[in-house]
Amino acid sequence: MKRYSVFAIAREAMRHHTGWERAWRSPEPKKQYDVVIVGAGGHGLATAYYLGKNFGITNVAVIEKGWLGGGNTGRNTTIIRSNYLQDPSAAIYEKARSLYETLSQDLNYNVMFSPRGLLMLAQTHHEVRGYLRTVHANALQGVATEWIEPARVKELVPIINIDGPRYPVLGALYQARGGTARHDAVAWGYARACSAMGMDIIQQCEVKGVRSEGGAVTGVDTTKGFIGTKKLGIVVAGHSGQVADMAGFRLPVEAVALQALVSEPIKPCMDVVVMANTVHGYMSQSDKGEMVIGGGTDGFNNFTQRGSFHHIEETLRALIETFPMISRLKMLRQWGGIVDMTGDRSPIISKTPLGNCFINCGWGTGGFKAIPGSGWAMAELMAKGEPGALAKDFSMWRFKEGQFIDESVAAGVAH
Amino acid sequence: MSTRLAKGGRLIDRTATQEFSFNGKRLKGFKGDTLAAALLANDQMLVGRSFKYHRPRGIVAAGPEEPNALVNLGRGGRFEPNQRVTTTELFEGLEAKSQNHWPSLEFDVGVVNNYVARFLPAGFYYKTFIHPRPFWKHVFEPIIRQSAGLGAAPKDRDADRYEQAYAFCDLLVVGGGIAGLQAALVAGRAGARVILLEQTAHFGGRAVVDGEVIDGKPADAFVTAALAELGGMANVTVKARTMGAGVYDHGYVLADEKVADHTPGDGRPKHRLWRIRAGKILTATGAIERPLSFAGNDIPGVMLAASVRDYVVNFAVSPADRTVVVTNNDDAYRTAIALKEAGLAVPAIIDARSNVTGELPARARSLGIRIEAGRGVAKVLGGKRVTGVSICLQAGEGAVIDEIACDAVAMSGGWSPVVHLWSHCGGKLNWDTTNAHFRPDAARPPLNHDGGAMVYAAGIANGAMTTAAVLADADAQAQAAVTALGMAPKPAELPYAAPVVEGAMEAVWIMPQGATAPLKSKMWLDYQNDVKVSDVQLAAREGYESVEHTKRYTTLGMATDQGKLSNINGLAVLAGALNEDIPQVGTTTFRPPYTPVTLGALAGEARGEIFQPLRRTPMHAWHEKNGAYMEPVGLWRRPYTFPRTGETHEQAVHREVLNTREKLGLLDASTLGKIIVKGPDAGRFLDMLYTGVMSTLPIGKCRYGLMCNEQGFLSDDGVVARIDEETWLCHTTSGGADRIHAWMEDWLQCEWWDWKVYTANVTEQYAQVAVVGPNARKLLEKLGGMDVSKEALPFMQWADGTLGGFPVRVYRISFSGELSYEIAVPASHGAAFWEACHKAGAEFGAMPYGTEALHIMRAEKGFIMIGDETDGTVIPQDLNLDWAISKKKDDFLGKRGQQRNHLASPDRWKLVGFEALDGSVIPDGAYVVDSGVNGNGQRNVQGRITSTYFSPTLKKGIAMGLLKHGPKRMGEVVEFGTFKNGVQGTLKARVVDPVFFDKDGEKQNV
Amino acid sequence: MLVLECPYCGVKAEETELSPGYEAHLKRFGPGSSDEEFESYMFARKNPKGVHFERWRHVYGCGKWFLAARCTATLEVFGTYPAQSSEPPADLVAKIKAKRPDWKGYK
Repeated sequence: MKRYSVFAIAREAMRHHTGWERAWRSPEPKKQYDVVIVGAGGHGLATAYYLGKNFGITNVAVIEKGWLGGGNTGRNTTIIRSNYLQDPSAAIYEKARSLYETLSQDLNYNVMFSPRGLLMLAQTHHEVRGYLRTVHANALQGVATEWIEPARVKELVPIINIDGPRYPVLGALYQARGGTARHDAVAWGYARACSAMGMDIIQQCEVKGVRSEGGAVTGVDTTKGFIGTKKLGIVVAGHSGQVADMAGFRLPVEAVALQALVSEPIKPCMDVVVMANTVHGYMSQSDKGEMVIGGGTDGFNNFTQRGSFHHIEETLRALIETFPMISRLKMLRQWGGIVDMTGDRSPIISKTPLGNCFINCGWGTGGFKAIPGSGWAMAELMAKGEPGALAKDFSMWRFKEGQFIDESVAAGVAH
Repeated sequence: MSTRLAKGGRLIDRTATQEFSFNGKRLKGFKGDTLAAALLANDQMLVGRSFKYHRPRGIVAAGPEEPNALVNLGRGGRFEPNQRVTTTELFEGLEAKSQNHWPSLEFDVGVVNNYVARFLPAGFYYKTFIHPRPFWKHVFEPIIRQSAGLGAAPKDRDADRYEQAYAFCDLLVVGGGIAGLQAALVAGRAGARVILLEQTAHFGGRAVVDGEVIDGKPADAFVTAALAELGGMANVTVKARTMGAGVYDHGYVLADEKVADHTPGDGRPKHRLWRIRAGKILTATGAIERPLSFAGNDIPGVMLAASVRDYVVNFAVSPADRTVVVTNNDDAYRTAIALKEAGLAVPAIIDARSNVTGELPARARSLGIRIEAGRGVAKVLGGKRVTGVSICLQAGEGAVIDEIACDAVAMSGGWSPVVHLWSHCGGKLNWDTTNAHFRPDAARPPLNHDGGAMVYAAGIANGAMTTAAVLADADAQAQAAVTALGMAPKPAELPYAAPVVEGAMEAVWIMPQGATAPLKSKMWLDYQNDVKVSDVQLAAREGYESVEHTKRYTTLGMATDQGKLSNINGLAVLAGALNEDIPQVGTTTFRPPYTPVTLGALAGEARGEIFQPLRRTPMHAWHEKNGAYMEPVGLWRRPYTFPRTGETHEQAVHREVLNTREKLGLLDASTLGKIIVKGPDAGRFLDMLYTGVMSTLPIGKCRYGLMCNEQGFLSDDGVVARIDEETWLCHTTSGGADRIHAWMEDWLQCEWWDWKVYTANVTEQYAQVAVVGPNARKLLEKLGGMDVSKEALPFMQWADGTLGGFPVRVYRISFSGELSYEIAVPASHGAAFWEACHKAGAEFGAMPYGTEALHIMRAEKGFIMIGDETDGTVIPQDLNLDWAISKKKDDFLGKRGQQRNHLASPDRWKLVGFEALDGSVIPDGAYVVDSGVNGNGQRNVQGRITSTYFSPTLKKGIAMGLLKHGPKRMGEVVEFGTFKNGVQGTLKARVVDPVFFDKDGEKQNV
Repeated sequence: MLVLECPYCGVKAEETELSPGYEAHLKRFGPGSSDEEFESYMFARKNPKGVHFERWRHVYGCGKWFLAARCTATLEVFGTYPAQSSEPPADLVAKIKAKRPDWKGYK
């Protein structure tokens, strides 16, 4: 792999950029691999990357029915934070956040991680108490967050209306090293690094069946033929239920549509990410200048990647109330993704009833921020066959025990 | 130069001059102009700068596809960035400023990017700015951000208002060209309810500009007659200036009506957002002309051919004295002819096709226009304005044959049907090789709720390329839609248009075909985002092969026009680079809206006070008048406290607590949920709902109850009163009333549907006043009426009667530990009763108190609060509420859930009280630390605070919380982790009984 | 933006009048059931990409719960019926089978 740098760009500029090599190879599948990952989204690719990097396992194929990074990795609002309440969540999201800090250097690919700061507004006294609890929990979890007063909120976000007649801002939970990253680049950077380690990323290859023998997986049938493997990782977000069906087990997961939208680009006016959970809206400004806005989820199973429009209206009402100056901006594009929601809205990183078959799913509305940590934990689980500290609480059997990881405790929504 | 012609102009009124300004220059236009037309009439071709290289940008188009000509419009509360000049109607006093440059439009420092463009290819930022690490956040990103964006950020609150409206129809026709009009006529005559939308202020589309002849008359006559006929039909609504923005499932269409954009400040709403529910949708949305990719095709003065004739014909604006036409099809010859007929020079038509035979070229030849067949543009000459073109063989590599001086280039690469609305809900497309475009595949339409076709495409939007074909197709599609709606189209003669013999177009994606790398790096695909042919080819070379990868890697089609001009050209270039067919490469996903919609319109009138519905108790006005500081509780607003002059909120709350404990406090408890449960099976039902037994509750008595969800977690609590043999009244928390009522209905309708029970949520039917404190009885006795003595109305009983002449139901219940009556009156009496209590209570020291005093008093008594002691993970057993859980019942909601391992564990955290050793208030949300760390290096914890207050009664901090094995650890000293102002610390506290005040309950039992 | 016809009041109700309730025909497991049964009742929801039976409440209308058969991939609605049904009505099942020959059927 030729390294990317400003010198490489200068060199290539002299020959009209004809010398750049492919970011990742596009091979035909081999007959047999040590590990097959289904799903070349951020989580699947990160799993493969850390299998190679942390465990030296590189005889790996990542197979993808569409194009890599084309699911929720490429259609989220790119927020990165780790200010979670419950220990297992805080651990994995903080692991992810800290890996994001150096990901561009690790991958030699600029993923534009921008720890510009993230605010969660408290707009009721109940919310104030909830966030104070989070601040205390985070301090003991090693997650740097703080409680800030309204005047400081206004200083950080000059365009905010802190004296709204209905829900004045009473303060905020602030994570100074939360922020955003360029979502596509995360998938592309991992893909390039995996390919450079000799792993095969096979796009346009849909899994049609999972084969097993004696209770353990032996391979997958795909649109490009049978691919044998010693271990199988299922990392397919919204379609987890379908692939789990093929592997012969049912997941406590339902697929619903989550929406987002962007405005036309304007000159920079907001440097931090703001989430307002009482009124259900969150917003950041991309490096291109678009206001990136997250919407709500529908309450019904949906695989169309389209949500119901009234959620967009509700979100915008909340945001115009919070940021009155956006009223005359225009919605450029709205879209939806399919998110997989578990019974406690926390993810699953787990062994499954099928031997040597592992699952990573259920990230719901909050998966992007977890990608490096999720891949790290999943790689450890797949390499060792047993979950490490990061993954152990995210077992798919926790529901039977009633041992939930419930984040809705702290905030109405978990984005 | 561009200028106003002496005569002509379909849409302008030369008698009405309108003054406007551009970058501070005072300019004049005519009523009926678009801002684009008026700018061109004033020779203002240069209107902006591109996103990345800050290259000069001129007006390219005449409609919503315009990628370049975006301005900052207006000022103050009516300032609007990124306003498209081609769709902005001119009005008197309009102020526009160009965007994305510094210090000025003519001299932009950012253009330095242009000179280093070869170092900034697609995706360059992914490959650089990687080291050193802190530089991205502190150096590189701030620079990139400063150069980002287009228009300026608005500063002020929006001065305008917006409306939202609903409409319903059988057939929604989107597009008011001849196809849309014909379709509306067919459906209207058949009796269907029709809505016809046109995004501009004018009907007729291209046909009226191009001088088409229908039924022997100019197309204008057809349009006028059609509008007249439609106007006479009661079942047809015709709306101009209304853009069909998005098609959503089950026939839901969003349309944006620009009501007052052209008359700002006249008192009307700026926009009206229509939410239309249509039986079927017919898209007659026309087509968009494609640019051609030749070197320098972004220099101001290079325009779309049909747009050039729009300016000439509609506005009598000549974009240039000498215009060279570049084309791969016959349609662009209409532009040459229109220019010539307007007296302007057309030095040449450069036609990439070697064989040029149609009727239109013949007419052009007869007008003396030079036609260069088989040729292409090697390069456009000029910087901020076109000065000429050099021509070459289309089949070659770009060797210059000739140079032609001109000041505009009119280009046409063919037409792409507008398929956006067809595609929003998954309608599929076919590649049409003849016309080199994607058009709707009628066999794979977007589906409606019944599985049938939801959308029909008609006219040129469906790939019908001539007037005759457009009318025939519109007629046929409308008939099909009407028939599918179960109605019968009326027989009528199809309007006649003479067939025109046009030569076949020839797909041309790069000009010349064998262009060298330096030329390709000057061929713009996306003008706004500066994406060139070379960028797309680079993306393909680097493996970004999916059309979505290419789009995202190069930002092709991600500008404010969402690729209306660039997408097809871009994916054709991509297909070429990949050696694949265009349909194999496919398109990116079409998403709403068709053109950007103002956020204010999407939010509608819900702002400020009416941002959400507001629920008011009957005493709400009194609270406001008496200076209450309110807090939101669901959609209610409740007084948090009633501060007096000079008091802080904290002082006010403490006063309220002490006054209530010592004298008399009055609380507006009207928001408390009240649900009547009635019927022969009501007792049995409540026994399933509550953890305790409610069926045995004697008439006239009250009982505290807990409700859990099926998981076993505590969900709500409240006092239940047995009204009569078959009737119970269940109190819920203020926030829980609607949720619990829905919960009851869910179980009654879906699980125990044979049980005979009715429920009614009567929360708003009653006002409720808590009369609390040692003087409570005195107040009621003074009001006079029913017997409220200890004997007549003991604790946990209720009675009906009158007080002070008001019909009341009095509950003897207490959430403060004081002698307390909660008095319900019909809501209409609420305000009067409340005032009567204050009046009569004055001599007993009555004061209102708010929610915070309520919270403190209940905490002093160790009473739990849903939402404080519970958070969705807490079971009643955790709160030592086992006494309220029946051991005898076989089943209740939550019982099975509570039997699971984790919930039945003896190691759960349980409710205790905490007192800081130093008497301070333990910080809200603090955790009790344990020794060591867990596997993830997080500090182990063993408990946490759930409620913490300064008790004015006890003059010290008190707290409730959960602690592992808590009740067994009374007297033990534990350590809290504290965190204040960024400093971590610890605080020692003693584990105590959570009942801090009046442990034996003597105060309430008097 | 779905439209579902309420089988009680006959109103073609828009989604904003309705409140969703996920999978229909769940069998409740209470005390005495095994951990597996209870887990399956609480969490193991059907999540098909295709024909799905689900609960809706006409909350801003007549207030009644009803059930709907809907395709989660196309949002086609095959029919609605009262909540007081222990399984989908036979005529509805037949209608779905006719429209979707590949459908494996309810259960």
